[in-house]
Amino acid sequence: MEDILFYIFSAGILVSAFLVVASRNPVNGAMFLIVAFVGIAALFVLLESFFLAVIQVLVYAGAVVVLFLFVIMLLDVEGSEKIRPRVLSVVAGSLAFALMVLGVLALFASGLGGPEPDLPIQTAAALSRNFGYELFTKYMLAFQLIGFLLLAAMVGVIYISKGGQSTAPQSVKKGEEVAQ
Amino acid sequence: MTVGLNAFLTVSGLLFAIGVFGVLLRRNTLVIYMSLELMLNAVNLALVSFSRYNATPEHTMMDGPVFVFFIITVAAAEVAVGLAIIVALYRKGGTVFVSELNTLNN
Repeated sequence: MEDILFYIFSAGILVSAFLVVASRNPVNGAMFLIVAFVGIAALFVLLESFFLAVIQVLVYAGAVVVLFLFVIMLLDVEGSEKIRPRVLSVVAGSLAFALMVLGVLALFASGLGGPEPDLPIQTAAALSRNFGYELFTKYMLAFQLIGFLLLAAMVGVIYISKGGQSTAPQSVKKGEEVAQ
Repeated sequence: MTVGLNAFLTVSGLLFAIGVFGVLLRRNTLVIYMSLELMLNAVNLALVSFSRYNATPEHTMMDGPVFVFFIITVAAAEVAVGLAIIVALYRKGGTVFVSELNTLNN
């Protein structure tokens, strides 16, 4: 049963990822991106990382794709995608793709087996406890730093999307003009 | 589960290859960015499967999932900053196509 699910989800991920790359309309691409992210969350469930599966759906399929769709619709660059890709980029992309696929096939030509998991299936509660314990003991400093990084990113995004210049002096000037 | 580690790594490698293909082929900055996200996800999948298949009852190998957690957080911040930069570029140049973003060339 799990094997069949693995093959279904993998096929779904790869097909929708290809459609992200190939679709002319970026909005369709973003929709296929949701399918790919949810498929990866399903593979996380098969790998018994339930917490990460939930985070994947929340952060990627939720926040990131919504952000993409928001920007695509804000910029409204539809129609300009009718230009065909250049021959050079088609050749370069196909070559890189073929090389990487060849590398993957050469690595795993022996079969799809590989090492078997040594750990028996655990309960979700035990896994979450282990995850939280590691996160808040061994990786506490990294956890704090990631919070600071999110704050810095937020401030940076607000600064960039306001136009890149501080608005305070202008408003002061405007106030002076009004006063005069 | 009879699916081995190699199956997961193959999916991860193919997903990464598709992402590289998209980055090289497409000219729309937004689609290039989506392909980058696909590549990040491929790496996450590889990390989680490595940690799952190397876990033992003595050491449950939670480092891989914790690492993926951090990668997801950094990717979320990166997407926010990157899209803000794309919006700023569009405001300045009126285009999001990499072939037309040639200000440094002239």
